[in-house]
Amino acid sequence: MKSRLRENLRAYGFLAPALLLLGVFVVYPIVGTIIISLETQSGLGLGNYLEVLSEKSPSKALVIPGNLGGPPPWGALVHNMVWILVHVPLTTFLGLMLAYMLIHVYGRSLVKSIVFLSMIIPMVVGGLIIRFIFDSQVGVIPRIFDTLGVESLARTWTAYPETSLASLILGSVWLWLGFSLTIHSAAVDSVPRSLIEAARIDGASEWQIFRRVIAPAVWPATLTVMVMTLLWDLKIFDIVYAATQGGPGGSSTVLAYVMWLYFARALDYGRAAATAVILTILTLAAASYMIRRSLRG
Amino acid sequence: MPRPRLRPAVVVSNLLAWSVAAVWLLPFIGLFMTSTRPFEEVVIRGWWSPWGNYTIRNYIEVLANPQYDLAGGFRNSLIVAIPSTLAPLLVAAMAAYAFARFSFVMRNLLFVLILVVMAIPQQTMVIPLFFLLKDLGLLDKLLGVILIHSSWGIAWIAFFMRNYFTMLPSEVEEAARVDGASYPTIFLRIVLPMSIPALAAAAAIQFTWVWADFFFALIFLYSPENMVITQKVVAIKGQYQIDWGLLSAGSILAMIPPILLYAALQKYYLRGMVGWATGKG
Repeated sequence: MKSRLRENLRAYGFLAPALLLLGVFVVYPIVGTIIISLETQSGLGLGNYLEVLSEKSPSKALVIPGNLGGPPPWGALVHNMVWILVHVPLTTFLGLMLAYMLIHVYGRSLVKSIVFLSMIIPMVVGGLIIRFIFDSQVGVIPRIFDTLGVESLARTWTAYPETSLASLILGSVWLWLGFSLTIHSAAVDSVPRSLIEAARIDGASEWQIFRRVIAPAVWPATLTVMVMTLLWDLKIFDIVYAATQGGPGGSSTVLAYVMWLYFARALDYGRAAATAVILTILTLAAASYMIRRSLRG
Repeated sequence: MPRPRLRPAVVVSNLLAWSVAAVWLLPFIGLFMTSTRPFEEVVIRGWWSPWGNYTIRNYIEVLANPQYDLAGGFRNSLIVAIPSTLAPLLVAAMAAYAFARFSFVMRNLLFVLILVVMAIPQQTMVIPLFFLLKDLGLLDKLLGVILIHSSWGIAWIAFFMRNYFTMLPSEVEEAARVDGASYPTIFLRIVLPMSIPALAAAAAIQFTWVWADFFFALIFLYSPENMVITQKVVAIKGQYQIDWGLLSAGSILAMIPPILLYAALQKYYLRGMVGWATGKG
């Protein structure tokens, strides 16, 4: 009995500084945000949530049903979802393919380092780079479309509602592929070479080896990449702030950006908190897979 | 079975992989070329043209002109990032040691808490933190941001270090116990020195993230003299006309420290990234 108490005291001695800092600067603010989100003029309720969800102005709306058939703005929540639907499969698949191809590539560690470079730079710089690549004056991509004679894509992509969201999503593939490649590459390296050789001797094509041997073997890594990429897409902020400021006309807003608008521009803390909680619920739903897996491991 | 040296798959793989590498490198080359030439020439010829004049005027301008003051931002970012890397490293390693070696009340609950904090977006914390820092007199102060980054970093570093500690053999520690060493001594003298690879990995990634942070800084630092590098770089952009010469020079300066760190600690860095994502130290 006594030794049990002593072990508890010892453990909490080691935990104390961490618990103090986490309690004051992380847990308290999280609880505070939930409370603020529920505070309305008529007591506690879901008023802020209803207002945030039914907001009509394009810069802050979460969903704009009337626009869904045409070009953006579609609302921040929809933009996040589109981002996820395009970016997660693209980044995951490209990273996996590339990780497999690298087995045969000369200078593979250099290729990996180059692709990983965009993961290291501050994301606001990443946003500025997206602005740069898609700029009509200095950017490569509008210049290419200019040469091809496609006028609608030969202008600054971030300045037009038809292309601003697309430019951010494409740019985020550039920014995040290094993550997918690194995780997949570590997994591909642990697949026994004999397995690949055996399949090859049996006459399997490269695509069949990729499809039947590599992809199933690295599936846990693929799942990790998909969940982490999804989480990153939900929380995205810096890129949007630096490249488009959610514009033009709200065509590239995201949840985190709308939260910031409510907080810093409108000084509407209730709605800012409600937006943050909506974002948190989505994030935790996506993260619950990782959390459960970590608890098992 | 003998096989030909250059199978088509090998050729295609090399071509594709190196094309990807070239495309991925291109924006960096573009930024660099734009930053080292007079902007008028870049507009006329395109940054891909190597002919014309080269200059470091853009760099001097963004660093020294008080309107941009990247030197100040650089200094503030270092003042924030160094303690925000070292402090949570120690505090989180202590907590991780408790999780790895002791059994205690609410152990699972606290571990779930750490996992949840790892997933929660920054947006969920800033409103109450804003008022807390205001009450503490730490709003618009680098110390306030250091405290927040340090606390925020504890969760993932504790998770990462716990996984590493559970894989460390505990025989050495047990032998030290028999010799009468106290737990704090064992932790400081035996466990931490054995964990330097993991600590280096965690430090490299934490530093990179704090250096790269924009959202916390945007909310908690607003005087020009207190702004960090990410805020200063975005501020160069201006509202309508963008001077890409200045902006590209600023962007390059902002990415130098993390890239140097990556170049120096690449092995640890990648291990930290894999460990953060998969839980395998």
